[in-house]
Amino acid sequence: MKDNKKTYWKGLEQLTNDPEFVKRSEKEFPEYLPIAEKNEEGGSSRRDFLKMMGFGIAAASLAACEAPVRKAIPYLNKPVDVDPGVPNYYASTYANGGDYCSIVVKTREGRPIKIEGNKLSKITKGGVSAQVEASVLSLYDKERLQGPLANGKKISWEDLDKEIIKELDAIASRGGQIRIVSNTVLSPTTKAAIAELNNKYGKLEHVVYDPQSSYGMVLANEKSFGKAVIPSYDFSKAEVIVGVGADFLGTWLSPVEFTKQYSKTRKVSKKKPEMSRHFQFESNLSLTGSNADYRTTIKPSQEGQLVAALYNLIAKKAGAPAMSAGKGLKVDNLEKAAKELWANRGKGLVVASSNDEAVQMTVNAINNLLGNYGSTIDLNLPVNYRQGDDKAMAKFVKDLQAGRVQGVIFFNSNPVYDYKDGAAIGKALSKVKLTIATNDRMDETTSLVKYVAPDHHFLESWNDAEPKPGHYSLSQPSITPLFKTRQAGESFLAWAGNKTEFYSYLNNRWKSDHFPQQSKQSSFDTFWKQSLYDGVFEVPVKENAVFAFAGNLSGAASAINKNYKTNNSGVEVILYQKVGIGSGNQANNPWLQEMPDPITKATWDNYLTVSQSWANENGIKVIEENTVLANVTVGNQSFKVPVIVQPGQADGTVGLALGYGRTKAGKVANGVGVNVYPLANEVNGTVNYTITSGVKIEATTEAHTVARTQTHETYMERHNVIQETVLSEYKKDPKAGLDQMMIATSQGTKKATAISLWKGHKQSYNNHHWMMAIDMNACTGCGACTVACQVENNVPVVGRDEVINRREMHWIRIDRYYSSDAAPEDLQGLEVASKNPEVTFQPVMCQQCNNAPCETVCPVAATTHSTEGLNMMAYNRCIGTRYCANNCPYKVRRFNWFKYFENDKFDKNTPMNNDLGRMVLNPDVVVRSRGVMEKCTFCVQRIQYGKLSAKKEGRRPTDEDINTACAQACPADAIVFGDVLNPESKVAKIMKEEEEGRAYAMLEELNVSPNVYYLRKVRNKDTQKNKA
Amino acid sequence: MSLKNSFAGYALALVLTCATLLSAGTTVFAQADQIPTDEQAISNGKALFEDNCTVCHSVHERVVGPALKQVIEENRSLPWIISFVQNSQKVIQSGDKDAVALYNEFNKTEMPSFAFSPEQITSIVAYIKHETENPPVKEVAEVPEGGTGPAVSGGTGVSSEYLTILLVVLLVVLVLILIVLALIVSVLTGYLKKDQQLEEADREIVESKFDLQKLLTNKAFLGFVVFAFTAIVLKTVIDGLFMVGIQQNYQPKQPIAFSHKIHAGQMEIDCNYCHTGVRKSKSANIPSANICMNCHTEIKKDSPEIQKIYAALENDQPIEWVRIHNLPDLAYFNHSQHVKVGEVECQTCHGPIETMDVVYQYADLTMGWCINCHRETELNTEGNDYYTKLVQLHNEHSKEPMKVVDIGGLECAKCHY
Repeated sequence: MKDNKKTYWKGLEQLTNDPEFVKRSEKEFPEYLPIAEKNEEGGSSRRDFLKMMGFGIAAASLAACEAPVRKAIPYLNKPVDVDPGVPNYYASTYANGGDYCSIVVKTREGRPIKIEGNKLSKITKGGVSAQVEASVLSLYDKERLQGPLANGKKISWEDLDKEIIKELDAIASRGGQIRIVSNTVLSPTTKAAIAELNNKYGKLEHVVYDPQSSYGMVLANEKSFGKAVIPSYDFSKAEVIVGVGADFLGTWLSPVEFTKQYSKTRKVSKKKPEMSRHFQFESNLSLTGSNADYRTTIKPSQEGQLVAALYNLIAKKAGAPAMSAGKGLKVDNLEKAAKELWANRGKGLVVASSNDEAVQMTVNAINNLLGNYGSTIDLNLPVNYRQGDDKAMAKFVKDLQAGRVQGVIFFNSNPVYDYKDGAAIGKALSKVKLTIATNDRMDETTSLVKYVAPDHHFLESWNDAEPKPGHYSLSQPSITPLFKTRQAGESFLAWAGNKTEFYSYLNNRWKSDHFPQQSKQSSFDTFWKQSLYDGVFEVPVKENAVFAFAGNLSGAASAINKNYKTNNSGVEVILYQKVGIGSGNQANNPWLQEMPDPITKATWDNYLTVSQSWANENGIKVIEENTVLANVTVGNQSFKVPVIVQPGQADGTVGLALGYGRTKAGKVANGVGVNVYPLANEVNGTVNYTITSGVKIEATTEAHTVARTQTHETYMERHNVIQETVLSEYKKDPKAGLDQMMIATSQGTKKATAISLWKGHKQSYNNHHWMMAIDMNACTGCGACTVACQVENNVPVVGRDEVINRREMHWIRIDRYYSSDAAPEDLQGLEVASKNPEVTFQPVMCQQCNNAPCETVCPVAATTHSTEGLNMMAYNRCIGTRYCANNCPYKVRRFNWFKYFENDKFDKNTPMNNDLGRMVLNPDVVVRSRGVMEKCTFCVQRIQYGKLSAKKEGRRPTDEDINTACAQACPADAIVFGDVLNPESKVAKIMKEEEEGRAYAMLEELNVSPNVYYLRKVRNKDTQKNKA
Repeated sequence: MSLKNSFAGYALALVLTCATLLSAGTTVFAQADQIPTDEQAISNGKALFEDNCTVCHSVHERVVGPALKQVIEENRSLPWIISFVQNSQKVIQSGDKDAVALYNEFNKTEMPSFAFSPEQITSIVAYIKHETENPPVKEVAEVPEGGTGPAVSGGTGVSSEYLTILLVVLLVVLVLILIVLALIVSVLTGYLKKDQQLEEADREIVESKFDLQKLLTNKAFLGFVVFAFTAIVLKTVIDGLFMVGIQQNYQPKQPIAFSHKIHAGQMEIDCNYCHTGVRKSKSANIPSANICMNCHTEIKKDSPEIQKIYAALENDQPIEWVRIHNLPDLAYFNHSQHVKVGEVECQTCHGPIETMDVVYQYADLTMGWCINCHRETELNTEGNDYYTKLVQLHNEHSKEPMKVVDIGGLECAKCHY
């Protein structure tokens, strides 16, 4: 069983068995109790303690005398649809710049508390991402502006409109230029409102930029096919996927949509033992790269050459002329990728994230040679996710500096922060006569403008979105606006002299534009209501044009030769977006800040990811969160950031995340990390996020800690936690990769589960038996489940310092394992961290053991077993001995070291520490107090609710009634939850099929008999060895 | 309610009923022959009346519409009633004097049309007639004034009163026996003292006197007293501690003197009419002011208490009721589970709510109270497919009916999450 065993490790310190790490990992809890502030002199003394205790007793006895009078305040006029205690769901749309997701908003007593995916959307198909899940908290952000401002002073909307119209008129009469600056606008109705403004004032230009630009793709498609668009990609049809730098599962274009499609091709079963093969060429270890079957590290300066080389390899097979670039480049797996792409013509897909049109044109040429257009790529269905125009934006900055612009309206955009020349924009704004912003907070840009006309949050707005032609999506308000804000579109209409409310404006447009597009509904009213109910309205696109490739490849080749090298000796920087923080416009959201990065498992910071060899050269040793700062110099900019040694980082490159270093986003985000947008440069006329020359990085000796969770909850000596195999083995034996411990008995060897001290509870499950199956092949590690669970279960945010103290509270964590590429017999080789390790993700939550070891050690029976297979936790009974956590083999129990609510020391835990934030809490789940243990409950509140709905209707519950928050959020459908006693449930079907297949219980030999099963990871590799 | 009062109530009821019967006999109805008096018609009429008319009408009182006993007392013709019920507007528009007068009297409130057959309407009139002739007995039980404690004896009152009487009687009997025994002892002692032939030892016993001093220094006796005292104090303290935080009988003053006794008791308004969430939500819902307005736009408009509701609506200021049942946050309770699925009566937990002028907390709402009910209550599985298989399984190995406890009704995660 063990003959082909890899070594798995979560962090370098684990691989090298660093003594400090071993010491800490043997303990479940850190010994120290830094309750008092470190800098406080003296701290609390014994005398203080006695005083406090005395006071406490007095207070308690006083409080006991009379119970407080509580009020019950009913509605005056109860809305017909709102019943206190019953959730209402509204279909809506998440649109944050160009990021799109069709959603269903769960509201309780008229306030949104949770965002779920909308299964009716053909684009996102019910998936969500961590950013979408967390966005509900941004609604309750205290930093939001509460009404319009003029010169920093409060003003009424009427007066604001008067003043602005006056100034706009003045500019128009002078013939001055006005600009509206925004990120991608997905809403056609808002664009129409902008057009009205344009009609009124003439010289008004709408400048669109994206914090992470994809303008190069637009240019390349215009030159290749005469269509200036970004096409739709369909990963579900791709059998061979080649990604060049594109983190399509994490941050590129539409990760939720792509994850849905990708996971379809990654799931294997006995009936369908086939899966896609994924090659990734990249510098940083991205979420997408960590899921690839074959990953190759390259430097950004090689990207162009690599794409050209791939083109040449395929052109050779196709008999097409070669490009005069990409010669002499030697990288692993490239020829193999070319061979397989050619073998699977029309069923492959090559994507690159480069913003250089020459590179993108070459990628287009490759896909064209392979005949992928029309199958995996659809130019007839372009996407609107990235409409930014880098050239227009560059021209805007120049116009601004030259004083050619007299009026600027920043429409929910913050270019002073997230555009490379933000500082220049900030400086030049003083020259502009009229400056307006519709942003929701006093951010870096808004604080520099004269008039602020804050927009609603998207959960308060009527709006629409058109992510793709023919795919329309509606937003409806799920709460009355909290503040005196006004929808930006309505502001534009008001300034254009159109007094229509935005709702009627939207409604009328749908009546005239979309109602005639369908024939199902005969009355507009029904059509409108149906569209609101569905959240989406989709009409098939009839276009079926065939595009011929007409790109100038020799031009592209010379551009590539000019900008890219096959071997660059200098250090190169890659600026990337993180899965949680993204562009940084939701940076003030503590859920996203505390979500561990899928790869580095770091929270609350940005940092330089460096390769192991660079660390060795500079004598840097990073143990857990302890690291050092490095001096980064790019051109004339210089700053200090902490270093993280990242296996899989290409040698000679470093990665640095965008979206940090906010100065005016709010209490949570301000001062976290450094802003690296100004490092971006321009290549070939488009914004480029890699810096290939002029970079100097020096390690300093200044110590720094980065709050990382990767080695927390490590269990040593457990080799069979991760089980995997390769596709060829799986085809031969569906149980390939099984790693099962056997025990010797007097009757010979037996399975470890054959003998038990416990009687178990299974025989008492006759009503329901809740189980979960997690497909490790589908799980991409994106972390949407972690945030979804946090929202659903009122899991507190503990903040950076407490994460460093290993006290993060997430009920579901995603363990990320690296595996070494040395052969099992190469004992020395196993000690060396792999330069390019394989990565495995494993979501771990309470395994709801049938023989739960936690239950037997609880002295007060606070954790007991239910007749439905659940391991229950009664918080009010818990006295906090923490025996249960000590005895848990999976380390999934979380202890409330502090009172995280109504506690000024945890003021970054905004969902529990201010009145506004508390509106997001789930009223069906208790907020746990200090000193009690908590853990995943399998969302027992949802189980109870689902059962009750079924009982009320006199039937048995189905999968539709009950699902956990994590399973529901998963964009890859990797987590499946249900009742195995119901043969119709998905989980019962999976367990039946995979029992003698990929299913395994984690640490089966302990015979705790968990109710969570994992489906073994299968890599689509030729051999078990890491290197091809 | 005390025993005495209820007896008085019954007595009065009897007298009143007799009086009404006597007076009814003297009234003459012109259409007495047309209105059926058989029980079938009356019960049909009652059902129709309760399903359709009670929203606006009562037999004896003016509600949204007139008190319907008027039709009998004013001796309206049956065809007039039928046409008015079927389409009141038509009658009014035809210029019928009585109809127009009625219409104006009730602020031109239209009575909706009912598509009843003449027979159905006749049966309703029959019911009204029956009710008019047999007015309900006015309850004269003493109403506790605000501030005085409620009479908590409730449903179990009678039996506990009997128990008390029984105990008193027993005590009296015991005391009597004691006295008799003491008398016998003294008589016998006197007799024995006179006896000269008594032995020395026996004489000692006969002549021994009760020695209090000796008793007080007796270790066994002292020990017993100390033990009893400690035990009683301990029991009181523990009982007291268990009552900390328990608000049984909590009866705060409410901002509006709303009486459940009038609404739920006398008017017999279904609980569900106001507490709209009780069958679909975890909370039963304190009714919103607009529900009050369904009736009180017409009824008792001048009452100062009702004026408070108008004021709340005008000023857009919600009414701040004082919450009586305060379940701790850590316990999850769902009304619809108990009322819709379990079909538990409201009174099981809320007590005789229909007799309360001011609501008080009837049950102690402790976990022991919840658990005990879950142990004892049989599941309401009839016609609910959720339970079909479970009942089958249960009956295979048990002769006892399936109770809440049998499907995990005592598990922590049923209520705590």
